[in-house]
Amino acid sequence: MKIKFPRWFYRLASPRWFYDITSKLLPWFTIIAFLLIVIGTIWGLVFAPADYQQGNSFRIIYIHVPTAILAQSCYMLMAVAGAVGLIWKIKIAHIIAKSCAPIGASMAVLALVTGAIWGKPTWGAWWVWDARLTSMLVLFFLYVGVIALTSAYEHVASGDKAAAVLALVGVVNIPIIKYSVEWWNTLHQGATFKITEKPAMPPDMWIPLLIMIIGFYCFFAVILMSRARTEVLRRENRSDWVKSLVERY
Amino acid sequence: MNFFLAALRRDLLLTFRRRNDIINPLAFFLMVGILFPLGVSPEASFLSQLAPGVIWVAALLASLLSVDGIFRSDFDDGSLEHMLVSPQPLLLLVLAKVTNHWLISGFCLALVSPILALMLFLPSEGIKPLIFSLLLGTPTLSLIGAIGAALTVGLRKGGILISLLVLPLYIPVLIFGASSVQAGSIGLPIQGYLALLAAMLALSLVLAPFAIVAALKISVRS
Amino acid sequence: MLEIKNLFCERDERTLFEGLSFILNQSEVLQIEGQNGSGKTTLLRILCGLSDAFEGEVLWHGKNIEEDRENFYQALLYVGHLSGVKGTLTAEENLAWMSQLDPSLNQINIPEALEKVGLYGYEDIPCHTLSAGQQRRVGLARLYLSSAPLWILDEPFTALDKKGVAEKEVLIAQHVQAGGSIILTTHHNLSIPDKEVRCLNLDDALT
Repeated sequence: MKIKFPRWFYRLASPRWFYDITSKLLPWFTIIAFLLIVIGTIWGLVFAPADYQQGNSFRIIYIHVPTAILAQSCYMLMAVAGAVGLIWKIKIAHIIAKSCAPIGASMAVLALVTGAIWGKPTWGAWWVWDARLTSMLVLFFLYVGVIALTSAYEHVASGDKAAAVLALVGVVNIPIIKYSVEWWNTLHQGATFKITEKPAMPPDMWIPLLIMIIGFYCFFAVILMSRARTEVLRRENRSDWVKSLVERY
Repeated sequence: MNFFLAALRRDLLLTFRRRNDIINPLAFFLMVGILFPLGVSPEASFLSQLAPGVIWVAALLASLLSVDGIFRSDFDDGSLEHMLVSPQPLLLLVLAKVTNHWLISGFCLALVSPILALMLFLPSEGIKPLIFSLLLGTPTLSLIGAIGAALTVGLRKGGILISLLVLPLYIPVLIFGASSVQAGSIGLPIQGYLALLAAMLALSLVLAPFAIVAALKISVRS
Repeated sequence: MLEIKNLFCERDERTLFEGLSFILNQSEVLQIEGQNGSGKTTLLRILCGLSDAFEGEVLWHGKNIEEDRENFYQALLYVGHLSGVKGTLTAEENLAWMSQLDPSLNQINIPEALEKVGLYGYEDIPCHTLSAGQQRRVGLARLYLSSAPLWILDEPFTALDKKGVAEKEVLIAQHVQAGGSIILTTHHNLSIPDKEVRCLNLDDALT
């Protein structure tokens, strides 16, 4: 609360500025995300070599890993945005944090589902108490908590702040949870087969994976921007610029 | 410090005037523990394997059950407003309230836990680790729970929401708490587990009060 | 002493007040008026730092109340809608706790204050056995104990009989004479000897 930024900083962080700048960015990100995901998918599913142990079933990695990575980094972004909103009282930060939560939760679900689908041929069961899957499940519940708390508040600004506090508490806890779950896992199961620790993946395998990860990040940016833009319009519905925008359509 | 003691005295007085607040978590703790033999199997060898986890889960749920009330009545009757417009340090006030909660749903629980341990055939070597791990782990539960309570105190349906917010955060305490009892009951050293529980307590003792105060302000000011 | 700068507040998409500024000086009584739902309570809560659904600034001796929390709350006595009285505690215990929270309340005079609000003989009965009006008077007994210069009172006269109201008016007059200042809301016509009551109408503030 002590640091005062110059005025232009706050103007940059204004919802209107955000809306304008994202109108320009959105098409680019959409194109890039589309191209990368299409290239990555085709390369990964058709041209990448089959795994010598798992055969073709490993190819789900091209969805599983990007979603899992996104689910985690989305929580980070949500917490950072929430902190920025709390400390400097920047509206747009809260809007971004709020838009992050459902995306992160969906990514966590996708990671869990693809993990289960992958688990069936690999382990012979839909669910295994693998450390990564368990942490991902907990992460999903953390997202659900943030979403539920935000929507439980009638007063929007209070809901934003409450969710930000919760997200920050969660971010402190995530490493502890991860560590404890991993530790619990080794204690109870010994070394199980780890999904993503592939020793020396050939470039034909990891390059499409990398493309998919970047593609998913761009895709994430697209959804995040669209959600945040909708939220901006909803919250600023009484301001003149939104009114004139609506009239134009 | 004087203020902390005065606040703690008031909360304890309030608790002792309403004895249900003390008995409910203890009765709940024992009841949950009794459900397992009824629901699974009364066989001694099986139960003794299950016991560390069951007792810890029961303790965790008992703590969760009572944590909702930690600020509820103060919010409803306006005491919380008085506290926020007081020049006294809110951190101390919050710590007093958490301490009060812990004394009922942690300290007393740890003292009662040997009864449940006997009923679930926990090997006698496990009883000391059980008490120690509960004494070290439950304060963390109270601190984390109080964050959830503070965030939901202004909401009408806070009670259900709070478990959703808080339970994922309880997981590390559960893992290390139950593991210490497990290790203790087969004669392995438990210092490492207790050290981890203590580390988590230290961390939450330093950080949680700030989150609780921030959350209370949000709840009252909304 | 208390300065309000360019306050803006809206609730449920309705603007309650906009560009509201005023200064409260020493020995001044400010009565906030307005229809139900015009935001009187909201305004008082903002002034006490109990609401942050606003834009603008509240300054106490030139410092933002959020930044100068301790000094401001040392100087403030707030009586809100909720009494903050615990049903399981006795009147005396309740006031003793309130004076712990707020050191500007004089702990020694608690029995005297309870007598003045007509609760003599009820000191050591749990408050849940008292009537709603009596419980409210337990909270109002703080006015007799307080040495805080700024009083913010939200409908202090509800659930009081005529005699009670007259007594509180005397109390308010004494407080102002001693150099204190008061902001209050009430539907009652205040009459304070030798003192003009400043009025702020929230319905007018919105144009």
